[in-house]
Amino acid sequence: MLSFIAVLIDGTIYASWLFLVAAGLTVIYGVMRILNMAHGSFYAIGAYAAASAIGWYFSDGTGSAGMSFLLLIGCAIAAGLVVGTLVERGLLRFMYGRDEILMVIITYALLLILEDAMKLIWGVNPYFAYQPYTALGRSTIAGLKVSNYDLALIGVAVVVGLALWGWLERTNLGKILRAVIHDREVASAMGVNVRRMFFLTFIIGTTLGTLAGALTAPSISVVPGIGVEVIVLAFAVVVVGGLGSIEGAAVGALLLGLSRAMAVHFAPQFELFVIYGVMSLVLAIRPQGLFGRTLARKI
Amino acid sequence: MTPILETRGLNKTFGAVTAAKDLNVRINKGEIVGVIGANGAGKTTFINMVTGYLPPTSGEILMDGKAILGLAPRAITRAGLARSFQVAQLFPELTVLDNLVIALAAAESPHPSFLKPLRTKARVAKAEEILAEFKVAAYRDARVTAVPQGSRKLIDIAMAMIGNPKMLLLDEPTSGVSVDEKGDLMDTVMAAVRHHGLTVLFVEHDMDVVRRYVSRILAFYSGEIIADGPPDAVLADERVRELVTGHSDHKPAANAGAREGSSVA
Amino acid sequence: MRLDKTELALVGLAVLLLLGGMVAPGWLIFLVTIALAKALVVQGVVMQMKAGLVSFGQGLFYCVGGYAVGMGGPFLGISAGLVLLAIGVVAAVGLAMVLGLLLTRYREIFFAMLSLAFSMILYGVLVKSQELGSTDGFNVNNWTLLGQTIAGGETATHVVFLLTVVAAAVVAFLLHRYYRSSVGMTCEAIRENEVRVEYLGLSPRWIQYANYVAAAGVSALGGGLTALAAGHVDPDMAYWTTSGEFIFIALLGGTGSVLAPFLAAIVFSLVRTYAIEFVPHAWQMILGFTLLGIVVFLPKGLWSLFTRHRPEAPVVPAAPQKTSTGGAGA
Ligand SMILES: Nc1ncnc2c1ncn2[C@@H]1O[C@H](COP(=O)(O)OP(=O)(O)OP(=O)(O)O)[C@@H](O)[C@H]1O
Ligand SMILES: [Mg+2]
Repeated sequence: MLSFIAVLIDGTIYASWLFLVAAGLTVIYGVMRILNMAHGSFYAIGAYAAASAIGWYFSDGTGSAGMSFLLLIGCAIAAGLVVGTLVERGLLRFMYGRDEILMVIITYALLLILEDAMKLIWGVNPYFAYQPYTALGRSTIAGLKVSNYDLALIGVAVVVGLALWGWLERTNLGKILRAVIHDREVASAMGVNVRRMFFLTFIIGTTLGTLAGALTAPSISVVPGIGVEVIVLAFAVVVVGGLGSIEGAAVGALLLGLSRAMAVHFAPQFELFVIYGVMSLVLAIRPQGLFGRTLARKI
Repeated sequence: MTPILETRGLNKTFGAVTAAKDLNVRINKGEIVGVIGANGAGKTTFINMVTGYLPPTSGEILMDGKAILGLAPRAITRAGLARSFQVAQLFPELTVLDNLVIALAAAESPHPSFLKPLRTKARVAKAEEILAEFKVAAYRDARVTAVPQGSRKLIDIAMAMIGNPKMLLLDEPTSGVSVDEKGDLMDTVMAAVRHHGLTVLFVEHDMDVVRRYVSRILAFYSGEIIADGPPDAVLADERVRELVTGHSDHKPAANAGAREGSSVA
Repeated sequence: MRLDKTELALVGLAVLLLLGGMVAPGWLIFLVTIALAKALVVQGVVMQMKAGLVSFGQGLFYCVGGYAVGMGGPFLGISAGLVLLAIGVVAAVGLAMVLGLLLTRYREIFFAMLSLAFSMILYGVLVKSQELGSTDGFNVNNWTLLGQTIAGGETATHVVFLLTVVAAAVVAFLLHRYYRSSVGMTCEAIRENEVRVEYLGLSPRWIQYANYVAAAGVSALGGGLTALAAGHVDPDMAYWTTSGEFIFIALLGGTGSVLAPFLAAIVFSLVRTYAIEFVPHAWQMILGFTLLGIVVFLPKGLWSLFTRHRPEAPVVPAAPQKTSTGGAGA
């Protein structure tokens, strides 16, 4: 029973993290049809930005936990805006209209560039930003000690998910975006400025990536290569859920998060295996993912 | 006589759209059938279902009396039912010659060889013959992307005919071709059809072209066949005039009751 | 057997390399060996690219080939190098025959992601297996060639070099024929238009399957040779960035000739050797910008530099029938 609860808690925490990491990826794919390999790098940039800011903020031994959270989020947004603008204006806008698979390769090139850019900016030594994590302390749930920061992460994931959903389903802008998602040509013919929507979407997607990184920074050591590890997990989530679907990403994150927690508790040697195993299984049964749509080619 | 192609109660819906409604069609050997109907009437959907590209929502499809419903397009092709496409389906980055040679090799065997060269002398010679027959020999070594629309349509049809089919379904052979080229194109195609003694069903928007070649017309409207019979009769049909050919006398649809041989049972 | 230009070039290059191997310094021989072995893995990527598929998981078969060579000794008591290589190829082919059943249903990014997932599964298994040295991997030594023990050092370097050059030449020769065969050309046809291939009465899926399985075997051979040459295997062989490197080399060379991957792999290895020495933290950045450059300016890879002078597909002449050669059919 205890281990069941532990799996549930660990799984939900991990799922929240997976969702945060994957949300930006799926939003960008949904609107722009770009499977962004560099999304993990956005995550890493967010983590580095947050870690160096937190390090600076606490460097004189003082500093309040509350401010440090604002700092985390502020850094994530600033980094997202800067990087998103640079990448979209400087690279992607010249590449629109190319094959989906070619966009994967282009964003892979971007990943390679950003990985080294981070090494040049932040060096190769680890950064730590544990203060916000420890400041929140721990709670005891059914006899298990759980970090409050991790629990807060669940809340953040829910808020981000609802905000995205509400934005897409309940606002005018969301309606326009859904039109773009549904049929780019038709939307364009109806007078939607598709390129502007792309820019906006990319900025939002990037910021979601940096936010995920910034929120993760307090619980890890920020080192080169974290983005490369994260991106394949994020892929698994969005592929399971159905590329481009927010609900899909949420369900996919839950499925993978709980599966992994189960593996960690009962069969630790299958920890990594289980994520890709579940992904392959889902795809074998539903090639388009849980919430994906299939489109037959018209001839 | 067993019809070469028969459909019974064929239905197809895409969500709220009905693309085929109770289609009962019988086509006999040697017939040249024209299919007419406005955009979105369900002509392509009919060909797609018959050739196994789209599964019908319900109904039966028989070829020479044998059920072919559920077979993959490749199996139906091998059974002798070939088609061309509204937009020519070729291999754009390959040369016209290679397009044909690949089709020739495919016609020889469903199990291609791993090490024997594709471009054998015999296949190239045969391909050149076909190029000449379809009057596209000038483009032998051009990539498809450099070939004009009309010639692409001809190559598309030539590729469909390579497997020696019993029956040919042509989806708008003249679409995307200028008005003055249409006649030549159809003459070339129909000469080849006669030469090979094929049964043909072709979709066409231009009534002059239809009238010139066909012995029978199927008129589609909104997924239904509203008229089926000899060209003169179908083209004179009031509902056809109103809903398909657009020369309506602006009589209300309710008056169009007396229509000639609706769907053939 | 008549040889065409590429085949003659292949034989010539192989002989040149073997002669060069007698005088070249050890480090260069080693570099070329590794480059050629990796180029074999890349050939597997190129085989699939020609069929329109980009595998972000070719490292899977590279790793299987390498680990098979490494595990043959300790686990099966086999030391014959050629047998070890064969085991790797057979294992990869067997695995591909299973995975291919699922993978051939996918195209484009789905194929890319699923192939990536499979290689990451192997990676995940390997890092967790203590008896295989988990993340560190293990050393590959004490193998024999035709009964002779290959102790390591200079001789080993030369022996693996010889083995790799011969293997690369043979595989390249076969691939060159394969690309011109019915299956090879049909693969290109599938890339161009799968619907048409289906309507020619062929099964695109079966042909993709055959091509996928063959590519796995070729890549596994590259992995096995790498293991022999480097004397070491580790789970990173299956990590997705390794597969990314193979894609990079494939795009760098292009799919224009069976020689292109070899050329690209050697250029890649040389540049990397110097880049890592002089700008260690900018090596990936160089790769990234090069990759963008290739995609934008040289989409057919380095090889297209050699074929540029040839005219593109002839411009359409105005009068039809001008070049008509065949007899009139109708
Ligand atoms: N794959 C599909 N998915 C959804 N709807 C489809 C699909 N194919 C066809 N339709 C719809 O079915 C209807 C019939 O289409 P179809 O292509 O058969 O028409 P058509 O008679 O060939 O028209 P056209 O003259 O324009 O070629 C149309 O409303 C079309 O939008
Ligand atoms: Mg149509």
